[in-house]
Parts: sequence; C-alpha cells; structure tokens
Amino acid sequence: MTAYIVRRILWGIATLVIVCALTFLLFRVLPSANPAVLRAGRNPNPHAIANIEKVLGLNRPLTVQFWDYMKDVVLHFNLGYSFYSDEAVRTLIGERLPATLSLAVGAALLWIVGGLGVGIISGLRPGSWLDRSAMGTALVLVSAPEFWLGLVVLLLFAKDIGVVRIFPGAGSYVGLTSNPWNWFTSMLLPWFVLAAGSAAIFARLMRGGLIEAMGEDYIRTARAKGLRERKVVRQGVRSAINPITTLLALEVSALIGGAVLVETVFNIPGIGRLAYNAIVEGDFAVVQGAVLVAALFVVVANILVDIGYAYLDPRVRYS
Amino acid sequence: MSWAPAAPLGADVLVPPSADVEARSPLQLFWRRFRRDRLAVASLFVVVALIVVAIAAPLIVDVLGLPGPDVQNLNLTNYFGGPLGPSWSHPFGVDKLGEDVMSRVIYGARVSLEVGIIGTLVSTVIGVTLGMLAGFYRGWVDTLLARTMDVFLSIPILLLGLGIGAACAVRGCAAGLIQPGLGVIIFLIAIATWPFQARIVRGLVLSLREQEFIDASRALGASDMRLMFREILPNLSAPIIVYATLQIPLNILFEAALSYLGIGIRPPTPSWGQMIADATPIFNTAWWYMVFPGAALLVTVLAFNLLGDGLRDALNPRGAR
Repeated sequence: MTAYIVRRILWGIATLVIVCALTFLLFRVLPSANPAVLRAGRNPNPHAIANIEKVLGLNRPLTVQFWDYMKDVVLHFNLGYSFYSDEAVRTLIGERLPATLSLAVGAALLWIVGGLGVGIISGLRPGSWLDRSAMGTALVLVSAPEFWLGLVVLLLFAKDIGVVRIFPGAGSYVGLTSNPWNWFTSMLLPWFVLAAGSAAIFARLMRGGLIEAMGEDYIRTARAKGLRERKVVRQGVRSAINPITTLLALEVSALIGGAVLVETVFNIPGIGRLAYNAIVEGDFAVVQGAVLVAALFVVVANILVDIGYAYLDPRVRYS
Repeated sequence: MSWAPAAPLGADVLVPPSADVEARSPLQLFWRRFRRDRLAVASLFVVVALIVVAIAAPLIVDVLGLPGPDVQNLNLTNYFGGPLGPSWSHPFGVDKLGEDVMSRVIYGARVSLEVGIIGTLVSTVIGVTLGMLAGFYRGWVDTLLARTMDVFLSIPILLLGLGIGAACAVRGCAAGLIQPGLGVIIFLIAIATWPFQARIVRGLVLSLREQEFIDASRALGASDMRLMFREILPNLSAPIIVYATLQIPLNILFEAALSYLGIGIRPPTPSWGQMIADATPIFNTAWWYMVFPGAALLVTVLAFNLLGDGLRDALNPRGAR
C-alpha cells in the first residue's frame, strides 16, 4: 500500500510539472496580445514597449524565461507577477481562495451526499413515483447549462429580483469569518447550481449500480439468512459505490470549470472570476497561475480518490 | 431466473421452421428494441427536427414572418428604452438592439449542432485511433497514452479553453491552423474530450485482442492494420456510437459556456450561449431574452441525452437499465 501511495504521489508531481510546462508554453507562445503593448497605454512608442519588455523579462530567450518560471514555482511557489498591477499572483489567488474553496467544498458535499442519497432512494424502489420524478429531475439538471440555471434560480428565488424572494441574490457573498450565517445563506443558491449537474449524474449512476447489485445472488443469500433489510441494503450500496468512486476525480475537474461560471453569475469574488477578468485584460501571468492552482486541486483530488479506491478494492494496489 | 423445468437439450432445434420465424440482422434487432422505447423515439424526432430547423433556418424564419436574425430595429423599445417583450409579431420578444429573439434562437441551432456534431467527430476519430493503438500494442505505447490522458484530464479545461480562446479569438493562432470562432471551439473540444473516448476504446480493445477470431485472422496472415481496423473496429461500433451520442450534448454545453464567457462564437452570428450572456445584465427585466435561448439549449441537450440513453439500452440489451 505504501509503495502504491508513493508511486501515485510521484506521478502526481510529474503531472503538475508537465501541466506547468504546457501552460507556460501556451500562454507565452499563443497570446495575440503582447502584455508589454497592453501596459504601455494608448499610442505607445517602441522605446516604451522595449522598456516594459525588459522590466517584465519578456525580451529574454524563451528557454531562460521558462527555466526561471519553473524555478520560482517549484522552489518558492511564486507564480509570477500580474502584468497589470505588479501584484504577486500568489497573493491575488490567496486572497480569493476562501471564496472559491467555500463554493467548491460546499458544492462537492451537496453533490456527493445529495447525488448518492437520491440514487439510493431511487434504486431501492425503481419504477415508483418517487424514483421516476427524481430521475426526471436528474435528467433535466444534467442537461441544463449551469450559468443559465443560475440565472433562472436568481429570477425565481433571489431576495432582490425573484418571484419568490427567499435566498440572497447575486453579489451577496460575505466571508465565512465575518458573518457565518450570512455566508451560509448567500452560498445556498451557488452551491445548488454548481452541484446540480454532478449530483444528477451520480444519482443516475448510483441508481443503476444499486439496481444491478440488489439483483445479485449474495443479496438473496443475505436476505435468506435473515439479515435486517438495512444491513442487506448496506451490502448492496457498498458494492455499487465502488465503480462510482473512480468518477469522482473526473467530476472534480468539471466542478472547478463550473466554479468559473457560477462565480461569474453570482458575482462571487473567487479564483474563477479572477481568471476570467485576467483573460479579458490579457493578464496571462494571472491566468497561468489560476490554471496551475486549479490543476493542483484536480491532481490532489485524483490522488486522494485513487488511494481511497485502492483501500476499498485491494486489486488496484498490485496492478 | 425461472424455476420452470428446462427443455431437453437441443429441443429448440427440433421445432420445425415455420413462416413467421425469420432471420433478423443485428440492425433489425436493434431497431425493434429501440422502437419500443417511447422516450428514445420521441427524442430521435426532436433531434431530427432540430437538424431540419438548423438547415432550413432562413426558410422557417421566412414562413413564420419573422425578421432575419441580425435585423436591428431600435424602435422596438418600451417607455424606458428597454427591449419589448413577447408579442404576436415577436413571439419571444426582442433584444436590446431590437433583434427578434425567436429568429436568433432558430439560427442559433446551427452553431450548437455544428459544434456538437463536428467536435464529436473530430474527438472520436482521435480518441478511437489512439485508444486502439494503446490497447492493441500495449507496452510503452499504452503507458505513454495513459500518462498523456492523465495530464489532459487534470487540466481544468474550461479555464484552459478560456485562455486559448482569448489568445486565439482575434487573429487565430498556431500559424492560422486554429481559426477564431468555430475553429477554436472545435479544437478545444477535440483536445478536451479525446481522452474519454480513448480510455473506453482502449479497455475494450484489451479484451478483444485476446479473442480467438483475432488469432485466427493473424494465422491467416492479416497485418496489424487489418486486425485493428477491419477485425476489431467493427466490434466496437456500438459502444463508439453510444459514447459519441452522449458526447454531443456535452460539447453543446461547452460551446455555450465559452460563448457565455465571451470567448467563442462572436456576434453577429447568433449562438445560444452568447445570447444568454447578452441578456445577463438585463435579465431581471427582460427575462424572455435569457429564458428562450436557455430553454432551446435545455431541450437540445436533453434530446441528445435521451437519444444516447435509448441507443445504449437498445444496443446493449444485457445492460442494467
């Protein structure tokens, strides 16, 4: 098991280095907007541009720039400096991390608990009205674009513009430490919107897996020997849940993408909106930093899921 | 499992062939199963209707007596200068430039379907080819592919897409290989989604390559190419079709998200995501401008999802659902 974990972590680090290299290449080679020109203001003279390029280090060979970038990232976790404000990207991201974390962690909890819960309830009574209405809702939630769903729930339930004015609307985010209750209520709609799609996918998978598992012989055996139904169900759930765990990591990646959209719709000051604004301004140092931090989340989530899976299913450790 | 007494071995062979027993091709069997699934048939109708709408958009807009999608009319505002809501002449209302929303929704089907279908084709070709090579040759090819997939899957694709989209949106990039607009989006979809197809195909090829008909074919002197693309590939057609169908709605949503964030399809070409983005600043007063394009997206994506589910059930009768 230890060997497996070590292998998994080493490979995770390698992935991050490769992602780092890829994003560097993409954002230095591709941009059609030269950051030095962007900074120089209106009608810049070539001298000013050359000067800025020198200050930002953009006139050095690409390989040197890359080596310095990687060194900074790996040794100091220094993600460079904003082309616009000169602020450290690390600080910019750090300031916005709490908002994104509260959005992502809350949504992930809602997604896993809600998705699996609904899936289990549906899977135990397939064909019942409860199952059919739950699966119908799930199908609609899978098919609805997050940003649109966000606008629709705001139109229906936001305190300022809604039809039924229950929940705080867009732009009501407050920090957890400054007012926990307001933080909680302001996050309810964003959590729901971000979690909806993934929860629906999980509910569908869980239901399918559980229906299959409950038809297996060992369930009949368990019933035949007189186990209480709760224990029988627990066995079914246990075996149905395993294949779904591997999908967790993929959904984490989708969740982070969705966070960008949800932060935009609900005006939450998180990393997603930071990255979005940076893209609009051509501030590629910030974009690159945000992509890296997001990749870090995905890789860490992947490692945790894989280790959890290896713990649940011993066959994985030796393959 | 039934407890009825088992028929003696070979009893079914003894039944004399009668007129109503006929051989059915796999396609016929599939169609019989598919036809019984009412939801799937309905979704097939919706998908076909959407394709017709996309192709015949100018004709439909004409027949309905609507103005074209980019005909602006700034007279169509209310007392406060806001756009007018649904009425007989503009069933879905107008946007802030006085353009007819229904007409734009109809034309918007074009972008969504193009991106959904072409993007899926490109990523399927890449994914199937690479997955096939990895599963067939195994060894270092397989390791390389698995590692590449890991890297691609850990990049948050929407963020990367935003970056590439922003960088390529003005003049295109990679020496004109990636054109702004549709080209960028299809490129992004291809690099973002091929790992999923590749992973599935690889798994299937791993088990198929050990089958006896492959050994037999190899013994007859078939080349690797022939084994892969003439012997193994036809056996994969069912799962590939199912996954491709289920990939289309995801791609449509991806395009909508990119266009919503202002990268992707540019005006005046109407795209549903971009319409919702335009509607966002005024969505609390001009709800129609936000609701109708979103509803069109929802219906389209839902139809493809249901169609994919139906195909999966019909092509894989042993499946649980």
